[in-house]
Amino acid sequence: MKRLLAGLLGLLLTLAALVWWLNACGDGDLAGAALVETSPALIKRGAYLARAGNCQACHTPRGAVPYSGGRAIPTPFGTVYSSNLTPDAATGIGAWTPAEFRRALHNGRSRDGRLLYPAFPYDSYTRISAADADALFAFLRSLPAVAQPNRPHALRFPYDTQLALAVWRALYFQPGRFEPQAAQSADWNRGAYLVQGLGHCSACHAKRNALGATRDPMALAGGLIPLQNWHAPGLAGQPAQAVAALLQRGVSASAALLGPMAEVVLHSTQHLTPSDLSAMAVHLQSLPQADAPRERSGTPAPAQLQRGAGIYETRCANCHGQDGQGRPRAYVPLAGNRALLRDPPANLVQVVLGGAFPASTAGNPRPFGMPPFATELSDEDVAAVLSYIRNAWGHRAAAVQPLDVQRWRSSVRP
Amino acid sequence: MVQRLLACTGCHGKDGRAASDGYHPRIAGKPAGYLFRQLRAFRDGQRPYALMTNLLAPLDDAYLQQIANYFATLKLPYAAPQPPRADAATLRHGQALVQQGDATRQIPACQACHGAALSGMGADVPGLLGLPVDYLNAQLGAWRTGARRAETPDCMAQIAQRLQPQDVNALAHWLAAQPVPAQLAPETPRPAPMRCGSMEGPR
Repeated sequence: MKRLLAGLLGLLLTLAALVWWLNACGDGDLAGAALVETSPALIKRGAYLARAGNCQACHTPRGAVPYSGGRAIPTPFGTVYSSNLTPDAATGIGAWTPAEFRRALHNGRSRDGRLLYPAFPYDSYTRISAADADALFAFLRSLPAVAQPNRPHALRFPYDTQLALAVWRALYFQPGRFEPQAAQSADWNRGAYLVQGLGHCSACHAKRNALGATRDPMALAGGLIPLQNWHAPGLAGQPAQAVAALLQRGVSASAALLGPMAEVVLHSTQHLTPSDLSAMAVHLQSLPQADAPRERSGTPAPAQLQRGAGIYETRCANCHGQDGQGRPRAYVPLAGNRALLRDPPANLVQVVLGGAFPASTAGNPRPFGMPPFATELSDEDVAAVLSYIRNAWGHRAAAVQPLDVQRWRSSVRP
Repeated sequence: MVQRLLACTGCHGKDGRAASDGYHPRIAGKPAGYLFRQLRAFRDGQRPYALMTNLLAPLDDAYLQQIANYFATLKLPYAAPQPPRADAATLRHGQALVQQGDATRQIPACQACHGAALSGMGADVPGLLGLPVDYLNAQLGAWRTGARRAETPDCMAQIAQRLQPQDVNALAHWLAAQPVPAQLAPETPRPAPMRCGSMEGPR
């Protein structure tokens, strides 16, 4: 019995040491890093990189001073509040050194050594180059300082403890750096660097496990964004030219980026250079396309399809056309639109309930919008009309159930 | 713009003439500055209504201003008001608040800012006629509780917090019962009885 206890204790100590060691890895040299000389060119590059990383989106509550922090990020484990990135000495990053900022990006630690929650996507940012980290830091330091104390997170036990976070990191986080692949083009590597690093596309476009860790983040096979209940689709294998144009304009002849991605276009991708967008698209196109497991089945009942056809006729056909052909440069075609057939069909439910505009961009400054039907259509109506368009015009997809609509009606957007 | 803004008119009625449900207000013909401030406040979460916030989230200020300008130019006739569902004493109380206010409670007359004909003032102050009683009740109630806000100093919030529920009810019923004249132009701006961020702040 004594030996068993001693063995267990030893095992626990070893595990604790392992967790500690895994967390200490990759901290880098804090003392040795000299101050980076700042310059207008460096600040400008940092501003561009901040766009590419869409830092502002999480670090600014709606309508607040950019980067002043405090935006609520809802997670299945509670609410995380983003931090103040302005150079205020007491509440922002005014007292930080470039090395401490790098450590936060690369190894998810705050200035005082506390572990940061991975809602701040340091599992991606660990691939940001030191030079880019320094440019970002120079840009943030050039912003007007805002005195805005950080708000404590509101996470449930045990997720609110540093110990839980240390264990999570030991299991799922590995500090690293971006390794270019010699066999690939410079374009591909630039794209991979942006997609896997600053762009942190995997934050939404990869599936997460029960503890919120991304599974196979490089594959970008798609996933349902928790609580928001928008489905970030798989990004592999799309024609690069079309993807680059879509990220720049927010719409194309056959597609529109809506919901959370429309905000990404507004704040981030439309501001990127054509060559960076093209590089990202080249990388995405090369990703191996996984066979999406069919998560749902069930052909819609004839009665549901008939009900859906009636609703389509009165509510949808006016813009999207009797035959789902849409109208060029205004209303996306539904016939032949792959986005309709994806599972789970969460985005379709969101768009019908809440309506949607694509982003206003330089290439599409006055986007056409779709009206919300949340107050007009019941769960059964929405399920019926979506089942109909998923099975009209040669489409074949599983029925949408009223229960799906009910579930996704109560979604939250940060 | 009609085709671009079906997302608005789906709820706010054809050309933004208001929906029959009494909650989605008329947006046609409201002053452009006022409409822009409301659109921006919804998008930026100062007016908390998730549906509007999410809908407008991907739009920039330039487009919001164009949307506001478009609806401001639409001058549509108003329907005749519904017969009042309140007693005469309530309507008299409402009329007195609209026309005289209540100096003892530091409540200015509605007319002081919204115009002698209640047709609005300049580009930033909306008219008060042609609005359904449910909408007026809901909005004044929201100002009282702080659910509806405007730029600071938030004059309308200060006034609404001086109102009692029976005042809100009386105001809403009297205003909703007034016929709307065929020609309804906003008045030329004159100084307001108190400071108002939504009349002074940047657009």
